[in-house]
Order: sequence, then C-alpha cells, then structure tokens
Amino acid sequence: MIEMLVNMLSMCIPFSVALLLASLGEMFNQRAGVFNLGCEGMMAMGAFIGMLIPFSAGGGGAVSQWYNVLGFIAAGVLGAFLGLFFGVVTVTFRAPQGIAGIGLQMFGVGTAGTLFRHFVGGTQSIPGIPDISIPFLSSIPFLGDVFFSHNGAVYLAYLFVPLAWYILFKTPWGLKVRAVGTNPRAADSMGINVSRTRYEALMLGGALAGLAGAYLSIAQAKMFSDTLISGRGFIAVALVYFGHWHPLQIMGGALLFTFAQTFQTQIQSMGISFPYELAVMLPYILVIVVLSFTSRNQTTAPTALGKPFNREIRT
Amino acid sequence: MEGRITELRMEHITKRFPGVLASDDISIEVGEGEVLALVGENGAGKTTLMNILMGLYQPDEGRILINGEEVRFRGPEDAFRMGLGMVHQQYMLVQNMTVTENVALGYKEAWSPFRLSLPEVRRRVIEISERYSLAVNPDAYIWQLSVGEQQRVELVKTLCLGARFLILDEPTSALTPQETDELIALLRNMTSELSIIFISHKLQEVKALSNKVSILRHGRVVFSGNTDDHSSQDIAAMMTGHSIDLPKNEEERKAGETVLSIRDLVVLSDRRTTALDHLSLDIKAGEIVGLAGVSGNGQRELSEAINGLRKVESGTITFFGKEIQNLSPRQVIDAGMGYIPEERNVEGIVPAFSIRENFILKDASKAPFASHAILSRKDIDSYSEKLVKDFDVRCPGITTAAGSLSGGNIQKVILAREIERKPRFLIAVYPTRGLDLGAVEFIHQQLLAIRRDGIGVLLISEELDEIMDLSDRIAVIYKGSIQKVLMHDEATRARLGVLMAGVKEV
Repeated sequence: MIEMLVNMLSMCIPFSVALLLASLGEMFNQRAGVFNLGCEGMMAMGAFIGMLIPFSAGGGGAVSQWYNVLGFIAAGVLGAFLGLFFGVVTVTFRAPQGIAGIGLQMFGVGTAGTLFRHFVGGTQSIPGIPDISIPFLSSIPFLGDVFFSHNGAVYLAYLFVPLAWYILFKTPWGLKVRAVGTNPRAADSMGINVSRTRYEALMLGGALAGLAGAYLSIAQAKMFSDTLISGRGFIAVALVYFGHWHPLQIMGGALLFTFAQTFQTQIQSMGISFPYELAVMLPYILVIVVLSFTSRNQTTAPTALGKPFNREIRT
Repeated sequence: MEGRITELRMEHITKRFPGVLASDDISIEVGEGEVLALVGENGAGKTTLMNILMGLYQPDEGRILINGEEVRFRGPEDAFRMGLGMVHQQYMLVQNMTVTENVALGYKEAWSPFRLSLPEVRRRVIEISERYSLAVNPDAYIWQLSVGEQQRVELVKTLCLGARFLILDEPTSALTPQETDELIALLRNMTSELSIIFISHKLQEVKALSNKVSILRHGRVVFSGNTDDHSSQDIAAMMTGHSIDLPKNEEERKAGETVLSIRDLVVLSDRRTTALDHLSLDIKAGEIVGLAGVSGNGQRELSEAINGLRKVESGTITFFGKEIQNLSPRQVIDAGMGYIPEERNVEGIVPAFSIRENFILKDASKAPFASHAILSRKDIDSYSEKLVKDFDVRCPGITTAAGSLSGGNIQKVILAREIERKPRFLIAVYPTRGLDLGAVEFIHQQLLAIRRDGIGVLLISEELDEIMDLSDRIAVIYKGSIQKVLMHDEATRARLGVLMAGVKEV
C-alpha cells in the first residue's frame, strides 16, 4: 500500500510540472486583467518547437543536453512572442478576450500540428532529459523517491513557485500587475502605463505556457503529437480560479489534479474492474466540483479581469 | 521636490472637443493657503478644466503659470512633480491591496528593480497621517474600509506623493453629514500648508470652506469673487443662470390608509450578512416618507426586497392588504408598484434600447402596445412622443438609444415610464443623485405632484435637504433597522445627523 502511494506521488510531481508552469503563467495574465484562453495553443507551439530542436539535431538519436536547453529557450521565446501577439489583439485593439483566446488556441494547436507533419512527419521520439538524483536527499526513504529523484526541469519549475510569489507581492512590477488587473483607472492616475504592464504580463505568461508545452514534449512524453496537450491549457485556466490567483494555492491545485490523474491510471493498471471511461473522467469532474464550491472571493479577485482599458471611456 | 506654490494661474484656457466647447477662455487664480471653490452644474466644464491642470488633457489655447513661470504638463507625472495632486470623485484605489501598497504604486522612491520597500512606504503613510491628523490604518485592505475612510486614504496618498496643491473633485459626494463636517475641518486645517481647489455643487460646503469662488456655466467663468461677499442663493442663481427655488412640501398633509406595511423584515446582503434586521415601517396613501441614512445601511436591500428582487428571509410586506414578500418582480409590478431604482443606467433602463422601447418595457405585452404578440408601432410612437413632451426629455428623437442621454434625461425617461403607468405606490431610490439643479427641481415637482394625487411615496435618499424638503415623515435607517420616525416639523439636520450616525435618542 505504502509502496503504491510512494509510486503515485513520485509520478505525480513530474507530471504536474506542465500544469504548474502554464497556470502560473495564466495567473500573471489574469492578475494583469487579461483572460487568456489561448494557453492551450501557446503550449502546443512550445511543445512543437521544443521537440523539433533536439529532434533535428539528433535525428531521434542521442543529442547533447544543450539541444534540450535550446529547445526550452526557443519554446519560451515563441510563447512570449505569442503573448505579445495576443496583447496586440486584446490590449491595443481591445478585442473581446474570450473570443481572441479561443482563436489563439485553435491557431496554436492547428499550426503546431501542421508544422509537425511538415518538418517531422509521423510519430518520432527523442531521448528526453535524464533524472538527477540529489545526493544524500534522494536516499531518504520514501521522501527521496517522491521529491528528490526527478529531472532537472522539475526542480527549476518548483523553485519558480516562491519566485512567482516574490515577483507578484514584493517587487514594483508585481504591484503594477496587480493594480492594472484590479483598477486600471487608479493605476493610470498614478502614472502607471496600463497597456505596457499588460503586455509585459502577457509575455511572461506566454513564455511560461511555452515552457510548459516544451516540458511535455521534451521531458514527459519525449515526443510530439496533435493530442499531446489534450486540454491541459484549459485546466490551467481553471486552476488559476481554483487557486485564487495565488502561486502557492495554484501549486496545490496542480498537484491535486495530477494526483487524481495518476490515481486514475493506477486503478486501471491494477486491473480493478472499473469502467475506464469513468476513471478517466475523474480528475475533470474533480475540477468542476471544486470550482463550483469555491467561493467567489471578490476580495482577492482581479476585478478588471477581461475588461479592456480605455482612458477616454468612463464606465 | 521643489518649493512651495505661492501662486497658480490658469490663463485664457480654451479646450474644444468635437462639437463642444468645453472650456471657453477660462482664467482662474489661486494664491498660497487659499481655497478656491469651483462650482457649476454638471457639464459646465469643471472636471475638464481640472484634467487640463493635471496634464490629462492638453489645452488648445491658454497657459498655466506656477509662481509666475509658465509650465507645460504632458501627463499627470509632470503635474505630480510640480506638487499638484488630485483626489478624483471616483476613488482611485485598488480594492485588493493594502493602504500601504496603494501609496507604493505612486511612491517611486521606494522602488528598485527587484525590490519594493514596503516598510519605507508604511513609515511615510504613518508620518503623513499623523502630521495632518488623518487617521488611517496602513495595513488595512481597501475593501475593508468605509467610504469616509477611503476618502482619507486618498488624501493621505496624495499628500504622501508630495502634493502641496490639492485638487478635490466633489470630495463629499459619498460622505455622511458628520464625515463631511470632519473633512471640512481637516481641510481648513491643512490650508496653513497647502492651497486647495475644490469642485462642488453643494453650496453649504462652498460657504464653509472656500475663500474664493469661481462659477462656471457652459464652459465659461460667469463669476469670480470672494465667497464671503455672496449668499448661497446668489451663487445658486449664477450657477444655473436663473434663480431656482427647489419646491417644498408645504401643502397640508392628508394621508389616507396605510398602503405599504413592512413588519419585522429580515433580508441578507450580497455577502450573506444581515442587511435588514427586523425592519418595520408603515406608509400611507398620499404621503411621502423619506428614508434618511448613510448609504449601505440596508436601503438597497429594502428597495430590492419590496420589489421582489431579493429574497425575504422572514417578516411580511403587506401592500394594499395583500402580502407581497417573495413574489416575482412581475407580480409586484402588477400589484401596482412603481420603482425608480438606484442604478439608473443598469437597473432603470436598457441603455442600448431606444427611448420608446424603454418607455414600454414593463407593458410591452399588453394593449395598446401589443396585439396578438406583435408590437403596435403607431400606438407606441404616439405614446412615446407624448411622454417626451410631458416630461421634457431633451433628446434628438424617440428612437435615440436611452443610454446616450445625460443622467438627468435618463432619469426623466424612467420617471415618465413609472408615473405614466399610474402606479398605486412609488419607491424612488436616490432619484436625484448626481443631477444638476434644473433636473432636481423637475423631479421634485413630479414627486410632489403624485403625492397630491393621493399616492404614497417612499423616498430613499442620502441628501438631507431633499428629504427635508419633500417628506411628510422621515424615517432614519441605521444598520438595517429604523432608528426613529420623525414628523416633518420635528426634524432638523442636526437631529437627523445624530440618528443617522446610530446614536439612539433617549
């Protein structure tokens, strides 16, 4: 029993990384007042470019780790670029964010799939990145396996959680982000450039979504396919609400969701006779249930979420 | 930071917007330690002028001089740097941040690229709040504060950022009488160190606080002078261009039967706290009962509960002998209830609908406006033309979108719809909030007219003058229950003010 739990937990942490990064990115977008439903599309593009670089370098065989690093960097840059593009549409031209986000999602997923067929073709795998067992810590019974025997990207992603908290609450930039997402008119009257801050947040959010996608293709699946992201971008959006726009709570949400997913696969692999269709639904039902019961806490919510800002128009 | 501002002048300021001359050759002047009151009706150009002074708009002609030297402001930052600070009518505060964080937004001294020194900002907040005796808690979140406290935060914020010249845009519009008095005392104290321009159309405050007054009408200065040399009546007359005597309820009271009887009403607020706490109130036919109170003491919930828009937890509302609590809004309307809601743009009209569509909103499926589920254009049009004329709605035509009208005209559209339906009772919630004197006069006349027709009126307002001018009886609401009901001649401003603050009379 304990072995099974350790097993599930040690699977759960690396599997949660893509969700964690994407929802932290979405958190920055929403804190700045922009609702980005296109997260899924950004992840797909990041996953594609992230896989393409080590694949082209090694033709599917072994490559230097630097190509993986380069893949991550390219995915982050591409994501930031898509964030910039989304900013042009929603901040400068003030398009309805929900529609623009759906457009970005379809654009990203579609383009990534098409480019993949053009440059790569069929299913091809890449070597991925190795696990790094942290000396001493990884030999602690149970805890070592759960926390300290993962690939390098996992540690970096989890180190980003406190960093995101620091950025949001302890730096002038984080203060600006929170202000423009809650009362842009007040921020404007204090001499803060609302559009610029929203662009910056979108680029950071986009970069994180790109990295999340690249993590899926480089470190987790070690391949790319059209269905690789499979709704994680939308789950990330839901987790931001679930986590009340707070990095630590969002991390909790990402872990809970992934745990439900690993639990579900465990049930299937143990051969318990349980309709697998229902088991697969479990994590998603969990999200819906939790979201319907979380209180609408107006006191932390970025109240200008989804509303384009226009200095000239009083509302 | 630069030195003091001994003199600020705006000379021959002209600003055109497409189709409108918002400022027409305006000149004003404020010296050190002076308070200039800028008064005028809505749309007279007061706020435009101040936005020019703060660098939010660029003037087409004219110049600004500080201490005799010409300055040009490209944005609010330039104005801050010269020591100007503005407290806007809608508070510019971020609800989910603390007082300290709100000040930090503009306090660039505490910014370094990767670190924000909140303790430094906090010290500054405490220093300023002590120096000017503006009590604020630097660690409180804005959403926890009352409107009066938020106002103090705005002042502290502006002062922390180094303002030595304050511009206040209708600073008392959301305050209780007590808070208003406190604010005026505070501001008067500050004039030893600061100069102030304050925008208002409440003449008592103008008299109480200012040394000088400039009156704006249609973008021009029609009068400038010393406040003490002129009476409130003179100033009001110059403001509107003709003398205005707001109508008063002076006819004999001939109240009939009790028509609306509220007993032990308990209703929850949006935050699930108790908004109405066993509230009881009776209103008779042919009388106006004014409900006085600081907004947020249950007025909104009361009007919504009566109109079927909010669930009643317990208690009864009896309307012409029939219990109407927890009926649907349609059923309440059909029982004969007329309702002028608080948020005229959101609840009172459908802004994108034309004026004529708004007129028939409540009766769209009835004759003569519809037959066999089809709207009859002709009848609707002739009805609408008549209402526009009778109620003096100033609009290009009955097909104009109601949302594009000014506040006063929107209110006239609502009033026309409600009164022309011949209600058996009328609830008017803040009916004149934010309107200029001309519109206020019209609405007051209408309310008195339906009282004369023997209809009962519940008037919810935060303007004591309005309540005292119109009401036969005055009920004071505090924390969701009625403190006391006074007859018209028992009520004085002071007595009402004390009751509104929650002090029980012995």
